[in-house]
Amino acid sequence: MNTRALPLYATIVIFLLAYAICWLQFPAMLSTRVIGNLLTDNAYLGIVAVGMTLVILSGGIDLSVGSVIAFSGVFIAVLLRDSSLHPLVVFAMLLALTTAFGAAMGFLIHRLAMPAFIVTLAGMFLARGAAYMLSIDSVPITHPFYETIQDAYWLMPGKGRLRLIGILMLLIVLAGMIIAHKTRFGASVYALGGGEATARLMGVRQGRTTILVYAFSGCMAGLSGIVFSIYTGSGYSLATVGTELTAIAAVVIGGTLLTGGAGYMFGTLIGVLTMGLIQTYIVFDGTLSSWWTRIVIGILLLVFILLQKGLLKLSQSRLIEAAADR
Amino acid sequence: MLLSIRSLTKTFPGTLALDGVDFDLATGEVHALLGENGAGKSTLIKCLTGAYHRDGGTVALDGAEIAPRSTVEAQELGIGTVYQEVNLLPNLTVAQNLMFGREPRRFGLINTRAMRAEAREMLRQYGLELDVDRDLGNYSVAIQQIIAIARAVALSGKVLILDEPTASLDAREVEMVFDVVRGLRERGLGIVFVSHFLDQVFELTDRVTVLRNGRKIVTERTADLDRMSLIEHMLGRALEEEVEQQGAGKAAATHPDLLHFEGVGRHGVIEPFDLTIGQGEVVGLAGLLGSGRTESAELIFGVRPAQTGSARDEKGALDLKSPRAAIAAGFGFAPEDRKTDGIVADLSIRENIVLGLQAQRGWARPIPRAEQNRLAEDYIRRLDIRTSGREKPVGDLSGGNQQKVVLARWLAMNPRFLILDEPTRGIDVGAHAEILRLIHDLTGAGMSVLVISSEIEELVAVSDRVIVLRDRRHVAELRGERVAPDAIMRAIARDGTGDGETARCC
Amino acid sequence: MLLKRIAPQLIALAALVLLVTLVYPGFLDISFNDGRLVGPVVDVLKRGAPVALLAVGMTLVIATRGIDLSVGTTMAICGAVAAWAIASGWGLAPALLLALAAGGIAGLWNGLLVAVVGIQPFVATLILMTMGRGIAQLITEGRILTFNHPGFAFFGSGTILGLPVPAWLWLLTGAGVALLMRRSALGMLIEATGINRRASALAGVNATVLLIAVYVASGLCAALAGIVVTADIRGADANNSGLWLELDAILAVVIGGNSLLGGRFSILAALLGALIIQTIDTGILLAGFPSEYNLVIKAALVLVILVLQSPRIAAEWRIWRKSQRASREALAERSRT
Repeated sequence: MNTRALPLYATIVIFLLAYAICWLQFPAMLSTRVIGNLLTDNAYLGIVAVGMTLVILSGGIDLSVGSVIAFSGVFIAVLLRDSSLHPLVVFAMLLALTTAFGAAMGFLIHRLAMPAFIVTLAGMFLARGAAYMLSIDSVPITHPFYETIQDAYWLMPGKGRLRLIGILMLLIVLAGMIIAHKTRFGASVYALGGGEATARLMGVRQGRTTILVYAFSGCMAGLSGIVFSIYTGSGYSLATVGTELTAIAAVVIGGTLLTGGAGYMFGTLIGVLTMGLIQTYIVFDGTLSSWWTRIVIGILLLVFILLQKGLLKLSQSRLIEAAADR
Repeated sequence: MLLSIRSLTKTFPGTLALDGVDFDLATGEVHALLGENGAGKSTLIKCLTGAYHRDGGTVALDGAEIAPRSTVEAQELGIGTVYQEVNLLPNLTVAQNLMFGREPRRFGLINTRAMRAEAREMLRQYGLELDVDRDLGNYSVAIQQIIAIARAVALSGKVLILDEPTASLDAREVEMVFDVVRGLRERGLGIVFVSHFLDQVFELTDRVTVLRNGRKIVTERTADLDRMSLIEHMLGRALEEEVEQQGAGKAAATHPDLLHFEGVGRHGVIEPFDLTIGQGEVVGLAGLLGSGRTESAELIFGVRPAQTGSARDEKGALDLKSPRAAIAAGFGFAPEDRKTDGIVADLSIRENIVLGLQAQRGWARPIPRAEQNRLAEDYIRRLDIRTSGREKPVGDLSGGNQQKVVLARWLAMNPRFLILDEPTRGIDVGAHAEILRLIHDLTGAGMSVLVISSEIEELVAVSDRVIVLRDRRHVAELRGERVAPDAIMRAIARDGTGDGETARCC
Repeated sequence: MLLKRIAPQLIALAALVLLVTLVYPGFLDISFNDGRLVGPVVDVLKRGAPVALLAVGMTLVIATRGIDLSVGTTMAICGAVAAWAIASGWGLAPALLLALAAGGIAGLWNGLLVAVVGIQPFVATLILMTMGRGIAQLITEGRILTFNHPGFAFFGSGTILGLPVPAWLWLLTGAGVALLMRRSALGMLIEATGINRRASALAGVNATVLLIAVYVASGLCAALAGIVVTADIRGADANNSGLWLELDAILAVVIGGNSLLGGRFSILAALLGALIIQTIDTGILLAGFPSEYNLVIKAALVLVILVLQSPRIAAEWRIWRKSQRASREALAERSRT
């Protein structure tokens, strides 16, 4: 078995165990209604985490996504309020904008050879500031098209509702899996994360790949912003503060190595659902406070980082021992 | 000729790395490229693979002149390279590594099944049956090297450069790789083989070219050479000359014992060795590159923890688990790679000189500025460090002066035992003599010194005693009259009849 | 020597003050009221305290080639601890000590993860950044924990010799740490570790302990910043205390000319960087611009500094200059013949 896949299995086992514990305590947790809500409530997080997974796989980080989601919401809300454009046109404009924004950050990271976290930190300021400049107040979205998609769902057996945005999230994860595991671009991303110098020797075009990775993340953040605006029915510049951290945590808990080069897109979905599960549990419990979510997520993050560090050491010492035994 | 290089020249600021080198490679030939560190092997290879751009001379492949600008371009021309450090990605699967950049696709997506089959077929040509879906990192270095060779051959297919591919392999694995190389030779590839294991050179190669100080010394058929003459070419010393000087040997002075190391060793790094250092004595470590010279020093100084063995002085046992512990025991170590292990480039000469002393005194007892200035000025004068001022960043100095700054750091701490790893590498002739004189002065004052050097004359000039290393073990000790170039070379060259043929560690 | 080092920051600050004064002529007015100095400049000194305090610790961390992303949440934790201790009637001194201890523990945690476990600094401090606000809320039980304690509030809104206490705090902390660094050998040892950890360790520098120490220092500075903010609003707000201040602190350090790649550092210059940031904040407010512009301006600033510090751009600039010089010389050569 590949040691690389161990964190993924650990993630799946933890998720199933956690779900089993929840189910024992609250049998209602196993209804399609809860599952439908889990997917709907975390749709925006899942989508942005798909972009983040690719960034982290390439050995980078994108701290701007939380702000970009907030900006997207405000951008959509203000344009729908002040113009007569159809939401689909606004969506297209927004996605073009956030994709270009991500590409610009990728360009700077490559061109300046500066750490990704500091460049995307600047991006975080810029996007949040731009959102503030559009509107400080929460802007409600009242467009008939929005009502239509908010009401669109597929009734699962057991009366659970799988809403459109939940389906969209699953489709995006699927698309992410194909991009990461089935394209040459995906292979280049893994190669970069495995080692920049070696990747260049093997023929990876580093600049192009870096720009595409961040452009993809920007696009996903924009899409996530659209979903979030559908979910909340408004745009608010102070929304989704710290979502970048939640997304990073979901990716790492999903078994992706935070230093890049190893991980699975599917794991990210499990990571997102694990976080959703923690929140659902806290809601069901009723006495626990919501801040426990952050603490549990932090602990899980630590456990997975240590687990990966340990696995790395283990596989190295095993190789040395294997060499020494001969 | 498949590949023909004429008067290749490459300069770097301050050094002539390649000085009119000629080199030929025929199809179906394994051609060894030999030389000590700094001889110009890696520069030559980098000029071939496009990592460097040559300053002069011609390189012709199949009769057509080439000037690759990148490794990718070199590959497309037909020149593939496999390095000592496997240049594949351990986090990708074997199949992904083999097929990277030319994965079979269907509807724009990678066709995993076809990729797997193709990878398996490629490896079968090399006699390997592997699970190509496992990560490359799960396989031994030997297998990884063969996979790297397979990829390089598939991408280029004319010339294969093997840059110390066997450095971290054991005897059986070396055979595996050699079988692969022989197979490729039969297929008509030209193979450049760089190694510092002479046994391997004799076993595998058809011709040998030796470089020294950026010049080609000789190209010969391997069968026409013996070990002795090969080592002479590499180390650059005709024995006859030396024999005459040998009489000028030194009186075997007696040195009271200062330090004893017993059974110090580390698995896969250096076989356990005993070493006694006398007070005021200079002990030289001789051996070819990779014989375990630097590794011995690193174990003694605690840079790498020793797995076995102990150290003691006249007062009792010494615990050498870290450089700090070694320093506390009165040791000093000027490492071979000044840039990464020696100097702190952005700090001034003054700060670099007082750094060790200050670390020893602790942060709370700063050395007064006036004292720092005095120390710095003192050593700048004594060691003749050429600089416009003590506040200049060390990174701006030339290599020789950087080396003197590192030496000054240790001298300021007044250690009783100083280890110098290649103290004169990359230093101009004048500074070279100064440093040798300095070693002499230090031991006169009672300091003990361990010198590691690839220059035999240098070792002979400074050492009271020379220990010879081969294949990661201490194999001979020469003292007094016997400290002479021919004896050292014979000890290095002895191909070990009696002590285990091509015996390597384990 | 010292003046030369901080000249760019001084010039930038002076230019900025001039600019703000042009837009808002009363910027430099200072009056003496009720035993305290009053005026926009005094306000800058007071409001700039949290970022200035964080910048002191962050400077040390960045000098070792690290980064501490957790300072904002550490502020929230320490503020919550202090407010909780005051509200539970522990008294002033224990509350302050507890808050500082919390900051020290947070720093120790980060330092151990970085120096001993060997996790990259930004990843290691990300863990505390993620869970820190949860811990703070655990302490405040999700409320804004308010208190009424004049002694503690003094740290936020009191004055000594006419100057606000927060201003004194960062001035003294900055001066104290800067003196400690330069009067002892700490400064040099930290710089050596940041520039070349391996060579420093081979020379006998205890790099592991030094690394842990700088993160502890950063935690303690965050604790002071948390105390100031909590005392100022007389309550601990776990959600907003220190929000985004890690970014301001990093920005202050790099405006101060300290390289993100570690090495030489100047605490004084970082403090000037913090003042520059606060002057921008206050200036925008006084000039009547909406404060939303703040973030955008800061983002632009980071970008400019990144370009200035980029090793790749620097290398290209050198090559360009060299080729320019070469072509100039060739031209001169040609004109001579």
